[in-house]
Amino acid sequence: MVDKVKKIQSGDVRSASRLIRHIEDNVAEARSTMKDIFPLTGHSHVVGLTGPPGAGKSTLVDGLIDAFRKMGRTVGVIAVDPTSPFTGGAILGDRIRMQRHAEDPGVFVRSVATRGALGGLSRAVGDAIHIMDVMGKDVILVETVGTGQQEVDIMHYAHTVLVVLIPGMGDDIQAIKAGILEIASIFVINKAEREGSSKLRRELVTMLNMAPESAFPGGWRPPILKCDNAFEPSGFSQSVSDLALSINEHYEHLVSKSLIGNWSARKAATEFNEAIRCAILDPVLNDLMANGELDAMIGRLVNKETDPYTLAEEIATRYLKKMT
Amino acid sequence: MSEHIIRVMVAKPGLDGHDRGARVLARCFRDAGFEVIYTGCHQTPEQIAAAAIQEDVDVVGLSCLSGAHRYLFPAVVEQLRQRGADDIDVVGGGIIPDQDFQFLYDAGLKALFTPGEKLDDIVEWFRQNVKKRD
Repeated sequence: MVDKVKKIQSGDVRSASRLIRHIEDNVAEARSTMKDIFPLTGHSHVVGLTGPPGAGKSTLVDGLIDAFRKMGRTVGVIAVDPTSPFTGGAILGDRIRMQRHAEDPGVFVRSVATRGALGGLSRAVGDAIHIMDVMGKDVILVETVGTGQQEVDIMHYAHTVLVVLIPGMGDDIQAIKAGILEIASIFVINKAEREGSSKLRRELVTMLNMAPESAFPGGWRPPILKCDNAFEPSGFSQSVSDLALSINEHYEHLVSKSLIGNWSARKAATEFNEAIRCAILDPVLNDLMANGELDAMIGRLVNKETDPYTLAEEIATRYLKKMT
Repeated sequence: MSEHIIRVMVAKPGLDGHDRGARVLARCFRDAGFEVIYTGCHQTPEQIAAAAIQEDVDVVGLSCLSGAHRYLFPAVVEQLRQRGADDIDVVGGGIIPDQDFQFLYDAGLKALFTPGEKLDDIVEWFRQNVKKRD
């Protein structure tokens, strides 16, 4: 087991990708390996990319891999795509845009499926970040599923969050709604050569102007960067290098204003929540499923013989004896 | 409770850009409950092997309609072997003449699927033959 951790520390892709797989598949031994991994983490700068489907997140990730590699930094990528709620299957296609880096030993790209998680990530993402961190990746890019308005889980895992937008997605009321626009460290207006990009920029500026000072921790006001057409390689790669510099600047800001601690506490709380869920809720549900009780209970609910609240209280008293 | 979900990479090696078949299969694997990593066209055997390891897939499904399967399919098997990943199975599909089958099986391909194969039969082959690895 310690051997496994050593291999991961030495950057061994096979061991790392297998461990991520075991985490996803809920293999019990994997969690005990994570116990040895956890104390070794804390080296990487975690950068999240979120935004609507088709905004160009994967293409930006590909460009950012290039930009960070040119700075001499190693890169891990976790690309999340949705799982079918009906069959449990998934098509993980983000990697198509990143295949030119497949053979670069300084780059490790791993696709993961949401497997039912709702916040734009998958339950394995937190552990996958730890694993890439311990492999020694300097920057870890986490690409969420194509998001709507509310999938903000990435803010709990990433130091720097890029919200990637494209022109023409809606009127200016969208910009004052709560949710995803609030979590940006940096806004990216992608496909900026398209009609409407100046209007989108104005809306974002207005939105930021109306925000209270408290929305800008340490005085960081999210910059709004435009990225030009990815089919014009020179302009696009210039935009992306500027973006990479801005990402670095944000991290330096977090460090210089001693904001990393706040962030770590938030991340620890999220991970602890998730771990408690794994340790308490999952075994209970598995138990109820294995003895067929769960199906029987659902039957009783359908027939209105009882209600979900009473049933949940019954389960809680049965399994959590110490709670009053 | 452990939940093993089959992970498949669908890949197109070489210069063949016809990926309708590969996309149909990717969709059909998705509907069968597998996780499918699709890497797009024009991949080298080296890229495919490296990606398969990073993704920890159980099996790589290669599609080739250009006639270069005799070179490309064994090259992927070899690349995986060189990287210490010969536990990842390789299967192939496409326009493959009958007389090439034995050559490809000898080269390490685990199964070959050609036009007319039923999607259900392909999925069933995966369900029966993709083994859980430790």
